Amino acid sequence: MDLFHNLIFGFGVALSLQNLLYCLIGVTVGTLIGVLPGIGPLGTIAILMPITYGIAPVGALIMLAGIYYGAQYGGSTTAILVNLPGETSAVVTCIDGYQMARQGRAGPALAIAAIGSFFAGTVGTLLIALFGPPLADVALKFGSPEYFSLMLMGLVAAAVLAQGDMVKSLAMVVTGLLLGLVGSDVNTGVQRFSFGFPELSDGIGFVVVAVGVFAIGEIITNLGDKEERRVFTATVMSLFPSKEDMKRSIGPILRGTGIGSFFGVLPGTGPAIASFASYMLEKKLAADPSRFGRGAIEGVAAPESANNADAQCKFIPMLTLGLPASGVMALMLGALTIQGIQPGPEVMTQRPELFWGLIASMWIGNLMLVVLNLPMIALWVKLLQVPYRLLFPAIMAFSAIGIYSVNNSSFEIYLTALFGLFGFICMKLGFPPAPLLLGYVLGPMMEENLRRSMLMSGGDPSVFVTRPISLAFIVATALILVVMILPAVRQRRLEIAD
Amino acid sequence: MNLKLSNNKDVWAGMMLIAIGAAAMVIARSYPFGTALRMGPGYFPIILGALLTLFGLFILARGLRRGEAIAGSSSLRALIILPLSLVLFGVLMEHGGFVPAMIVLIFGSATASTDLKLLEALLFSVALTALSVAVFVWGLGLPYPLITDFN
Repeated sequence: MDLFHNLIFGFGVALSLQNLLYCLIGVTVGTLIGVLPGIGPLGTIAILMPITYGIAPVGALIMLAGIYYGAQYGGSTTAILVNLPGETSAVVTCIDGYQMARQGRAGPALAIAAIGSFFAGTVGTLLIALFGPPLADVALKFGSPEYFSLMLMGLVAAAVLAQGDMVKSLAMVVTGLLLGLVGSDVNTGVQRFSFGFPELSDGIGFVVVAVGVFAIGEIITNLGDKEERRVFTATVMSLFPSKEDMKRSIGPILRGTGIGSFFGVLPGTGPAIASFASYMLEKKLAADPSRFGRGAIEGVAAPESANNADAQCKFIPMLTLGLPASGVMALMLGALTIQGIQPGPEVMTQRPELFWGLIASMWIGNLMLVVLNLPMIALWVKLLQVPYRLLFPAIMAFSAIGIYSVNNSSFEIYLTALFGLFGFICMKLGFPPAPLLLGYVLGPMMEENLRRSMLMSGGDPSVFVTRPISLAFIVATALILVVMILPAVRQRRLEIAD
Repeated sequence: MNLKLSNNKDVWAGMMLIAIGAAAMVIARSYPFGTALRMGPGYFPIILGALLTLFGLFILARGLRRGEAIAGSSSLRALIILPLSLVLFGVLMEHGGFVPAMIVLIFGSATASTDLKLLEALLFSVALTALSVAVFVWGLGLPYPLITDFN
């Protein structure tokens, strides 16, 4: 069987000593930043990206992916132990997880969270392996009009389905597209928006935008919030969930995995939405809904499975279509491009080791997280006591070294400072920053495909609606927009955002 | 509703988008526009700029109709000090060397917090600089002089 062969091949790649090490580094760093509030996977991946330039693409991707899903684990650990969601996806876990901890059942809560995440991660890995190749086959037949429409749909969906103000998300996408155009135009060599700076002729560095907005902008925003951090540490007595716990958790884990996988392939919906949806479902299904909020283990099992399944399935559109469904995936695409790999369906046939190796490593990484994390919980809790006043200067330092090391250029440091300010202003004015990155990554590709489509059709824009696949994407885009403008849905979104 | 314009989130947001969109259109006018068949380098940016201006007008109008205040407090101190520390780092990397650049960046950033403890911040910046020298310059071999003449 093909799938079986491919998976074995993937494990062969992922189990090399080097790649195992990258995976271990990735998940450890991921857990660390998952535990620490105030720095998320987006900022960390952006800061660490320059370090990966020197290593092979497989290793680089394995490490960056590890940071991403490792952060989900770390976030839930602190959610349960100290009622502090390290990541937004763990907000829901706080509700019942922390109650369990206060009742002295932190151990079972952590164990179930880990088991649920691991199960969801395994399913997610299988789903990528199953659906990746056929999707890529379809995508290989796409021409420029299909690509343009697909990107349009991806961008609109990502902006519209994400939490927060829809119009502002779309505006951020367009701003990102514009940023992506800075530098020499590939077709004519004309310098666009470079303001006479020779440093800008190759465009604004990807890391500069990402670190500026997500690391520096975030810190400026955080320093404005005067929230005291309280730390009550729950003690972990026994890790083992009882038979009763296990029995109660099986259903929620299965359903959470399903919900997470579904939301995972949708662009724009972060793991927070998946975990919220699965929590609400369990509460509806429960015989006694009043247990929720008072330490119901289902309230930990379901969202933790959902957010991990979501995190894994986000890789499907990125790896097969070259379409980022979230900010982190946009970073992954950026990492691929910097490594000289053109993202898209060709990756799977031309660089099979990359695709299958990454998938296999995600399963291994999930296993590492279960095995390594449970015994290390005490250490992670200690880390929480590092005060923010020391944490953020360290983040500043690593950001600066990372950016400077790319081109040894002070100019890029100044640009980063500028993007930090821009990121802060955006967050203050209610613009979600992630869509900016999506637009930025897709900008040049979108323009290129638009130009080619028009050349193909002799300047007739109807080419986008006369080719069936492209038409389907356009219709889907329109549907998404219409549905989201409906008053009932809008109201619901606002409620969820609160 | 007595929201002051200066604190109206959507008014500012709309104006920012209009400014970016309009600037993009004005600048892109000097690039060849081309035709729909052969799009010039000005074609796509002008479309995007126009789109952005429209979004801006919409948000501005919405803000004027039912405004919403800018939420949360902001730290002017952080807003000035953090970018400034980065700029100083950039200057010192070219005219001073890795060690002074790092110390100034870390200590400088630390002063952005209202929670600042001077001695701790000073010790921390020295320690972190030493660690960075060991890891990045000696370990990973980044080619940065530790200290140079300030020129």
